Amino acid sequence: MTDSKYFTTTKKGEIFELKAELNSDKKEKKKEAVKKVIASMTVGKDVSALFPDVVNCMQTDNLELKKLVYLYLMNYAKSQPDMAIMAVNTFVKDCEDPNPLIRALAVRTMGCIRVDKITEYLCEPLRKCLKDEDPYVRKTAAVCVAKLHDINAQLVEDQGFLDTLKDLISDSNPMVVANAVAALSEISESHPSSNLLDLNPQSINKLLTALNECTEWGQIFILDCLANYMPKDDREAQSICERVTPRLSHANSAVVLSAVKVLMKFMEMLSKDLDYYGTLLKKLAPPLVTLLSAEPELQYVALRNINLIVQKRPEILKHEMKVFFVKYNDPIYVKLEKLDIMIRLASQANIAQVLAELKEYATEVDVDFVRKAVRAIGRCAIKVEQSAERCVSTLLDLIQTKVNYVVQEAIVVIKDIFRKYPNKYESVIATLCENLDSLDEPEARAAMIWIVGEYAERIDNADELLESFLEGFHDESTQVQLQLLTAIVKLFLKKPTETQELVQQVLSLATQDSDNPDLRDRGYIYWRLLSTDPVAAKEVVLAEKPLISEETDLIEPTLLDELICYIGTLASVYHKPPSAFVEGSRGVVHKSLPPRTGSSESAESPEAAPSAGQAAEQPAVIPAQGDLLGDLLNLDLGPPVSGPPLAASSVQMGAVDLLGGGLDSLLRSDVGGSPAMGGGGGFAAPGPAVPAGVGAPLGSGLGDLFDLTGGVGTLSGSYVAPKSVWLPAMKAKGLEISGTFSRQVGSISMDLVLTNKALQVMSDFAIQFNRNSFGLAPAAPLQVHAPLAPNQSVEISLPLNTVGSVMKMDPLNNLQVAVKNNIDVFYFSTLYPLHILFVEDGKMERQMFLATWKDIPNENEAQFQLKDCSLSADAVSSKLQGSNIFTIAKRNVEGQDMLYQSLKLTNGIWVLAELRIQPSNPTLTLSLKCRAPEVSQHVFQAYDTILKN
Amino acid sequence: MIHSLFLINCSGDIFLEKHWKSVVSQSVCDYFFEAQEKAIDVENVPPVISTPHHYLISIYRDKIFFVSVIQTEVPPLFVIEFLHRVADTFQDYFGECSETAIKDNVVIVYELLEEMLDNGFPLATESNILKELIKPPTILRSVVNSITGSSNVGDTLPTGQLSNIPWRRAGVKYTNNEAYFDVIEEIDAIIDKSGSTVFAEIQGVIDSCIKLSGMPDLSLSFMNPRLLDDVSFHPCIRFKRWESERVLSFIPPDGNFRLISYRVSSQNLVAIPVYVKHMISFKENSSSGRFDVTIGPKQNMGKTVEGVVMTVHMPKAVLNMNLTATQGSYTFDPVTKVLTWDVGKITPQKLPNLKGIVNLQSGAPKPEENPSLNIQFKIQQLAISGLKVNRLDMYGEKYKPFKGVKYITKAGKFQVITGREY
Repeated sequence: MTDSKYFTTTKKGEIFELKAELNSDKKEKKKEAVKKVIASMTVGKDVSALFPDVVNCMQTDNLELKKLVYLYLMNYAKSQPDMAIMAVNTFVKDCEDPNPLIRALAVRTMGCIRVDKITEYLCEPLRKCLKDEDPYVRKTAAVCVAKLHDINAQLVEDQGFLDTLKDLISDSNPMVVANAVAALSEISESHPSSNLLDLNPQSINKLLTALNECTEWGQIFILDCLANYMPKDDREAQSICERVTPRLSHANSAVVLSAVKVLMKFMEMLSKDLDYYGTLLKKLAPPLVTLLSAEPELQYVALRNINLIVQKRPEILKHEMKVFFVKYNDPIYVKLEKLDIMIRLASQANIAQVLAELKEYATEVDVDFVRKAVRAIGRCAIKVEQSAERCVSTLLDLIQTKVNYVVQEAIVVIKDIFRKYPNKYESVIATLCENLDSLDEPEARAAMIWIVGEYAERIDNADELLESFLEGFHDESTQVQLQLLTAIVKLFLKKPTETQELVQQVLSLATQDSDNPDLRDRGYIYWRLLSTDPVAAKEVVLAEKPLISEETDLIEPTLLDELICYIGTLASVYHKPPSAFVEGSRGVVHKSLPPRTGSSESAESPEAAPSAGQAAEQPAVIPAQGDLLGDLLNLDLGPPVSGPPLAASSVQMGAVDLLGGGLDSLLRSDVGGSPAMGGGGGFAAPGPAVPAGVGAPLGSGLGDLFDLTGGVGTLSGSYVAPKSVWLPAMKAKGLEISGTFSRQVGSISMDLVLTNKALQVMSDFAIQFNRNSFGLAPAAPLQVHAPLAPNQSVEISLPLNTVGSVMKMDPLNNLQVAVKNNIDVFYFSTLYPLHILFVEDGKMERQMFLATWKDIPNENEAQFQLKDCSLSADAVSSKLQGSNIFTIAKRNVEGQDMLYQSLKLTNGIWVLAELRIQPSNPTLTLSLKCRAPEVSQHVFQAYDTILKN
Repeated sequence: MIHSLFLINCSGDIFLEKHWKSVVSQSVCDYFFEAQEKAIDVENVPPVISTPHHYLISIYRDKIFFVSVIQTEVPPLFVIEFLHRVADTFQDYFGECSETAIKDNVVIVYELLEEMLDNGFPLATESNILKELIKPPTILRSVVNSITGSSNVGDTLPTGQLSNIPWRRAGVKYTNNEAYFDVIEEIDAIIDKSGSTVFAEIQGVIDSCIKLSGMPDLSLSFMNPRLLDDVSFHPCIRFKRWESERVLSFIPPDGNFRLISYRVSSQNLVAIPVYVKHMISFKENSSSGRFDVTIGPKQNMGKTVEGVVMTVHMPKAVLNMNLTATQGSYTFDPVTKVLTWDVGKITPQKLPNLKGIVNLQSGAPKPEENPSLNIQFKIQQLAISGLKVNRLDMYGEKYKPFKGVKYITKAGKFQVITGREY
């Protein structure tokens, strides 16, 4: 007879039958029935309906039956809280039982019942159990505090259980100590600031004593806790290390790894001159190697940690390369990790063996593994210079196999080898070129194109090769497109005579037919560069590239140091600090290695040095500005084209759009004064003097480019009204606020001046907006760094965004503001000019403009008179453009200038405008069309303000 | 700490779940199934999987996935070790750790899991203690129980739970007092084409079966303890004594347990007890190849090498093999391409040989690499590292125990690479 009988069902209905059995008089029958219930529960069947019947069986002398009922209760009490109360009495009684096993069982089970009402009854029994004479009960109670804390943290604190728990760290029984530490660690994980585990030399000593005597699991908790301690000097660190070292021989791998963590951390404090330091290093290797003979799951975790350890202290395992050789029946996740570590340990001494292994791996079946192996060969070549030649020949052998993914992977790494050892292995290019057709992955194609471009002068048919790629230009991924563009430009600079056509083709593909801003920008930059000064272009494009550094995937040193503190945890498996992924880790304490207190070194850890020097793959395409652009007009590439640069207006639109979009994305991304931004500004530099001579290969497209510049040049920010007083001092107990609104490079801000006209110091400023029509809200808190002394004022620029709550205000641009300081809260309201809401991409396409204009019904049209404005059409246009009102077209009808303009508000509303300017009349006529006519009035005011200032 | 445990069989059914804190829905296992599907092979499922709210840490043992659910930062090794301990306990209680055994004993399993973990903290994982709390099922006991109405659950606190020697229960009594030690060594090695050793190490363990009354205090000494420089000890061993005197001094748990495990890796200490002569070749542009393998003894200290089995994963292009074995029998599975040759005992006078023709798929390219040969063997009464027990002394009890030591050497991951030379 086995328990499987409990799963058989009868026709009558299981629950019904069980109910009858549970209420039977016979003990044996009852027990069998409860077993059946438990059996159903284990497979996830719902047997909660039997709750009262099962609870009735609880009062019994039979321990097995009692345990079974407890099991049931833990599972279902939550769903039947009222019923669960019935069980409380028995629990409380059991907590007084003479048998410690029953006392412990009762308090343990009660803690597992996650019902608020029960927890109240739990406190008294728990308090008694924490002070029980029997250590078994105490250690169970310690865990129970953690359970209770999970259910009701406040209750635990109020009842003072945390202090009792801290006292248990000094308990005479090591098992109680271990459980208390475990419970405290768990509690402090959800309360990082509480400083529950207040470690001092005395408590450390107690922990170290308990460490030797408690169970393996207790040792893990204690070791993890020790790792958080910061020894006061190197002597203390050494003495802890000495007492922890025996744990390295423990059979439980988790104990071993936790011990490794403590040692790795405290080792940091020991001087390298110390004999003990060397001894410790030697002692660390064997246990780490032993972990690799354990079950594959353990191996995996161990390998992830070893990966960190060899980066921090490569000397520990430098002689153990062979244990990382992949075995054919290792699971794939172990193989990949081993491969990583092999590369990290590769050195001149063992490179031959490593290479032989890698070559073998490259012929295995698992694609991921093979790829990584091929890549590893390349990394070996870069890391160990002496082996580069063998690596390259190995890679060539692999290319000969013609296995598609092997070939592609090999080409990618050979490109890196070229970068590391220029002018050494270029003889293999011919072999690479043979495989051009089989490349179908972007990375491999890009690598191959880079090689062809970089060595164009040595490849006779480089132009044909690149041309073949150009055919499907638009189907390529961005990576390949960018690479192709650069490669062809390189080719052109090297063999200008034969490839003029090709370069024109690719430039026009990149600038006119592509909607990828990166590609277009790079295209324009090359274009400009080539047409300006081929010598400079050569200097820029064919510049000497920095050599790539050794290891590309080293973990950044500060992160590595942090991760060393997390050896053995999930963080070490993911190679990320816990704050990056552990849920609810609000205030995870940032751990760091202790500083070295020993004497000798200041410039240690050469292993951490390289890694920053990783140069970008692409040659730099952003030229130094200044002189280059100044020369822009002296083109000598072809016969100058005279006449107005304006050609087909559709092309012009495209070009304008380019800058609109391109700059916009730049501005939005908040780059400020970065080089990219400089590049953008550079376009504008030549100003309106452009139409002189544009090189032949540039055609009209480039000409159009210059046309934009006038407008773009003023793009420094829209009109800002002078500050006015918003909140007079007398209304705000001495606080005077004046301010204005501004919009600059895509961000709106509220510029404030706070003046203290009272006799007391003001501090604790805060600001809030009421809901408003466009959802304006502060993007950052109001920051007044120092308290504001009497008669002082402070200027603040408060960034705003438009993602706040929206409510239509009257007038539309009304903003109600509340300002708080240490004295009181004050309210005021102000009107903001609408033009701060005009966004940078408010330029509508011409066709679109026409269609929209027609589409909006005539009743939405509003007409206004702008008086006393005697500006020319061009001046008006450029002035407005500064505030993001864009002129789309200009016509001259019967002597008067008509400007067609568009603008867009932050909430996506488009406003179209027609502005009529008569040469002699200072009054302009403005017609506005918008789907939301209520904004028209304010748009008119914006026009008025902008034009008159 | 460990939140929940799901047991899942190979066909993806969750056949047992246990929650130590709040209940986590079974649906969390979907992430595991997803990973399982991606891994294709069951062995390749990654042991740590992250999901939006939980982490799944799993082990694969005896065709069962033990999937534990974690919510906070926990050392994964701790979880994995614990899961293996759970599987060991099932093995210990039911003789096998299989789905049927677990289903047949589901209530005991549940009681065990409850006893092993409290709120995610390990409680009692020593089999000695568990067996006092929950008695293992035996046919006799279930018959007796059903007659007398007594139960499987012990109702007194296990003595070992709190003493400084938690691994041993008090009041042990035997009529025959015995202590047996098995020194078992496995050789992991990679041998290259020319027969030289690329990599070799010995994984050794001493498994003990101690049935001694009372509280015996044992000291085990070796003839050559210097061999042991990388050792993992059972918690019962006094580390200080080992450090100072190189003697294993301990109060043993009752019954079967692993006393130490060790690793011997210095190349010159690892003797390779067999050699393999091989000639495997595939001709260019032909649909056949030759296969000729001979296995012979070497450095076996005069002991017989037995239980020899060779398995070879032949290249994909191999259709069939026509071989003759001078000894033992061979099979070739044309689907998995695995050749297995069960050799048996090696007699030095007449070396076993397997030889014949390999049929290749016509038109397929010649296989790139020669296959590697995986060899299994056993040598009784020999610890290949040369480790020898000197003597066992017992203190603390008056009786005279019966003592015994057995040695055995086996092949671990022992491969001969036929395709490449170092």
